[in-house]
Amino acid sequence: MKIITREEILRTNIGKSLINFFETIADLSVFSIRFFKEAFLPPYELGEVRKHMVELGVKTFPIVSVAGFIIGLVLAMQSQPVLLRFGAESFLPSMVALSVVRELGPVLTALLFAGRVSSGIGAELGSMRVTEQIDAMEVSAINPYKYLVVTRIIACTLIMPILTMYVNFLAIMGSYLAVMLSMNMNFELYINSVVNSLQFSDLFPGVAKTLIFGFIVGAVGSFKGFYAENGTVGVGRASTSAVVLSSLLILLVDTVLVKVTVLLWK
Amino acid sequence: MVEVVKLNKSFGDLSVLEDISLKIEEGENVVVFGRSGSGKSVLLKCIVRLLKPDSGEVFIDGKKVTNMKLKDLNELRKQIGFLFQGAALYDSMTVRENLEFPLIRNFNFTESERETKVKGVLEKVSLEGAIDKMPAELSGGMKKRIGLARTIITEPKLILYDEPTTGLDPITSKEISELIIELQKDLKVTSIVVTHDLICAKIIADRAIVLKDAKVMYEGRMDEIIKMEDEFLKDFFTV
Repeated sequence: MKIITREEILRTNIGKSLINFFETIADLSVFSIRFFKEAFLPPYELGEVRKHMVELGVKTFPIVSVAGFIIGLVLAMQSQPVLLRFGAESFLPSMVALSVVRELGPVLTALLFAGRVSSGIGAELGSMRVTEQIDAMEVSAINPYKYLVVTRIIACTLIMPILTMYVNFLAIMGSYLAVMLSMNMNFELYINSVVNSLQFSDLFPGVAKTLIFGFIVGAVGSFKGFYAENGTVGVGRASTSAVVLSSLLILLVDTVLVKVTVLLWK
Repeated sequence: MVEVVKLNKSFGDLSVLEDISLKIEEGENVVVFGRSGSGKSVLLKCIVRLLKPDSGEVFIDGKKVTNMKLKDLNELRKQIGFLFQGAALYDSMTVRENLEFPLIRNFNFTESERETKVKGVLEKVSLEGAIDKMPAELSGGMKKRIGLARTIITEPKLILYDEPTTGLDPITSKEISELIIELQKDLKVTSIVVTHDLICAKIIADRAIVLKDAKVMYEGRMDEIIKMEDEFLKDFFTV
């Protein structure tokens, strides 16, 4: 059997892209493992974590608010005629609630968060790298990884579940608007229907996995920015590739987590 | 104070420093000359281990920097100041926060001690009024001055300057050079200055080192080097 060498793979465009992708994932893994080494050692920079959480929350708040409400509204509007066809119109609140809480809410929030925050972190750290601010920190005997990266990853990880629960709530409210307009259902009945359909096994995995999504967004944005090079072009590249890579990883990890959730809560 | 022994550094196939050896005594002001891309800034970064040399050794105060543990290296770095080419001020912080940043993280000064120090260095660089400004609100010369203030606020024993006057007009450039020499007299520090500004070098240098083709080409007193009958040096200093 002929063994294909690395050089032969590199000669094709697909081969190059694949090798680059796996090399990036390997470097990102090393970068992320360093987080676990450094996060538990003092100084803890809690002030910075708090500051980033507020900044990230404020930055993402408007977009997730609009998206959350509309996704619930649209989902209900789209599903209502289909359910009507099967005579299952009364299941609409439950169906929307389950779809949003189990999958749509966490993934949609994570993707929006990646688009807004990962690119921002990539650009900010990238700009600090190319203007030698990170070097200045290092030469002042301050650990830039701890001060810049660890704080941002923690902030992203902690803020994601909060944002997701907020998006879930708004989506359910958006859905109520559609239900009210088309089915004339009162709010109390709607909420009862939603609450009765949700169980711990729907709520917990949906929110828990957002911790991992938040970590991915923070780690990828920081990784791309921290190692940015080639001036302003590099900063732009870091920002764009942070969004692409974090969105891709969120979707890939979500696929695995859905399978794990199904296995754990049969 | 600083000794570099047979230092080599390359990036891919490009050799930037080849067998560089030099010695800088305590209290000395040494200027490193060379064309753009001759490895001057790389040399400074290797000295503080911002870049890891491929081979060779760097000693500061007799301590081997090249394979020092990070904890020890950071202790040593607390005694070193580095003025970056673009000043490298933290652009999300005010001037005051920039100056306080190394003090808060590395030393145990009280708030009033920090305040005294911040005001003291700002007075030294004549920018007391800029204390609450953001770096984006400062001109190039002001940024360099604040960068210099941040460098000296920890009272380092060794200061490395990476092109301190590049991009400044001749008057500001002269002012910065005079400020550097004044600070050196006040604080009695050892300095290594990378530059291709002849005016700056004439003001600052006790001794000069010229890098060419990744190697040390000449080493000696500034006035001697200027008078040397060498085509490269003549071109360098007349242009």
